[in-house]
Amino acid sequence: MVDRSHSASASLLEVEDLRVEFVSSRGTLVANRNISFSVAAGETLGIVGESGSGKSVLCRAILRLLPSPPAQQTAKRIAFLGRDLMQLSERQMQEVRGQDIGMVFQNPMTSLNPVWTVGDQISEGLRIHKGLGHSEARRAAVRLLRQVGIPSPEIRVDDYPYRWSGGMIQRAVIAMAMAGSPKLLLADEPTTALDVTIQDQILSLLMELQRATHMSLVLVSHDMGVIAETSDRLMVLYAGQIVEIGRTREIFENPAHPYTEGLLRSIPNVGDKERQLTPIRGQPPDLARLEDGCPFAPRCRHVSADCWTADLQLAEVGDGHMTACLHPERIRLSKTLVDVEQ
Amino acid sequence: MATEALGSTRNVATAIAAEIMSWNLSLKVGSAIMMAIALIGIFAPWIAPYDPFAQDFEAVLVPPELNHLFGTDNLGRDIFSRVIYGARVDLTIGVITTYVPMTYGVVLGAFCGYIGGKFDMIVMRILDVAMAFPFLVLIIVILAILGPGVQNIYISVFLVAWTMYARLARAEMLVERGKDYVLAAQVLGYPRSRIVFRHALPNVMNSSIVFSMSDFVLNILLVSGLSFLGLGIQPPIPEWGSMIAEGKEFMLQAWWVCTLPGLAIVITGTALSLIGDGLAKRLGERHHTLV
Repeated sequence: MVDRSHSASASLLEVEDLRVEFVSSRGTLVANRNISFSVAAGETLGIVGESGSGKSVLCRAILRLLPSPPAQQTAKRIAFLGRDLMQLSERQMQEVRGQDIGMVFQNPMTSLNPVWTVGDQISEGLRIHKGLGHSEARRAAVRLLRQVGIPSPEIRVDDYPYRWSGGMIQRAVIAMAMAGSPKLLLADEPTTALDVTIQDQILSLLMELQRATHMSLVLVSHDMGVIAETSDRLMVLYAGQIVEIGRTREIFENPAHPYTEGLLRSIPNVGDKERQLTPIRGQPPDLARLEDGCPFAPRCRHVSADCWTADLQLAEVGDGHMTACLHPERIRLSKTLVDVEQ
Repeated sequence: MATEALGSTRNVATAIAAEIMSWNLSLKVGSAIMMAIALIGIFAPWIAPYDPFAQDFEAVLVPPELNHLFGTDNLGRDIFSRVIYGARVDLTIGVITTYVPMTYGVVLGAFCGYIGGKFDMIVMRILDVAMAFPFLVLIIVILAILGPGVQNIYISVFLVAWTMYARLARAEMLVERGKDYVLAAQVLGYPRSRIVFRHALPNVMNSSIVFSMSDFVLNILLVSGLSFLGLGIQPPIPEWGSMIAEGKEFMLQAWWVCTLPGLAIVITGTALSLIGDGLAKRLGERHHTLV
């Protein structure tokens, strides 16, 4: 099921059939199921989905950071540079985490340890993984801070995090993740907690770093606008499953899943005051009580009888463009109707 | 090179001065008193006017006067000198009985909170058992078996006193564990022991430090109490509690024999409480009052 069309040899990360369950007293909650995708070297993959759709769980699962119990993670394989991360020991995994894959978190205010200076935290990884000495590590920290656009880094390197604003801390967290020169950076909603102007700066910083280092970027967001600006390919998650994946532009122009269509219709457009936003009605399903059939069926505008029972598989609708919808043609149809109305 | 070193020394001195200036009043007063008591203890041989063990049967139970500021006891020993030497004994005992259990209590609690699972459960059950015994009764039983003396006091306190610190550290670790910086440390591939010790531990120690101040007072009172009962420090060692115990027979004729060592305990306790109070305010922690 993996998108092999343009990534057969160049893919950096290949996830095949990932499933994450949380065993709780309420029953088993399936946070991720049938997740198969790949990230090519140098590519930006955007992941969108509403709260609880399994975006953050997916990021942590790739790094095998979910605490077990309660989490249970299975996958056919999570191949990174030819190595299967599922087979690695905890110690080998620590090396991968520090050096090959970096991660940036949603809330900058708690991402740094309040009792360490910013510089110490940025350079710690270099001291541990690369065995750098104190002064060398400090110089590296200054360089990294300059790279992420902190003014007068020689002075700010000795600051404690409480002196910094959210945007600056997010830059420092990015510097921390970049210290190991990762080949893949997982950015888990890196701009959600920041205000709009800072959001923009952080996104352009990430793009700039990506261009400079040729790393791959997985950008998780629930903001379609952010994804549209930044990502090459897009993956839409709903109820812990991939419902649509493909090139970002292709999906924005021809969504092939009603959920994606709904997300696109709920983007407000500043210039267009006439157009009504069309929200997606209803609530996302309870992941502990997911039944057979399409999880989106109860909220779908194009639902038909077979949606309630069919076993969902991703099916190709275009070049590298796959959807889990049984009737993607209905969305095309409704789009044309809207166009005609307008 | 030399001027650089001088400059950095001056910087450190300025930093310390600025730090002390920023303390609140109770912290300043408490630390000043504790500092004074500690200095008195350290320089006891130079400060004390008499040998604390020297008996003078010409001057038995002399009331406080210019030659004997705190009077003398039933063996003619100068109480002022004995109280000064007592600072050594009591502070040493206080520090050891408080900070040794605190060290391993906090580490154990922090690990329990971080790791969770079976390890946590086993340690917490052991802790419950240790806590279920009445503290004083347990210590008296242990001392009755092993015999009185400082070492045996240490052993019995070490068995029990870590529990509170483990609880506090575990509770705070459960909060810290969920914070992103711990996750960030995991993402950066740091070993678990490093994450617990270097990253999380400094953040889970606040309430334990505040609590240790009250605990310090309690431990001094405990040792004084045990000495008073004859289970603690044995005479003729000048320990405040045992001095009170020795003086209790003459309470009506010679009030100074037990009152003035008692005053030393009260002042020490007050100073420690003030520090605890000030720290609690400064560290922004919940208030732990025990004394």
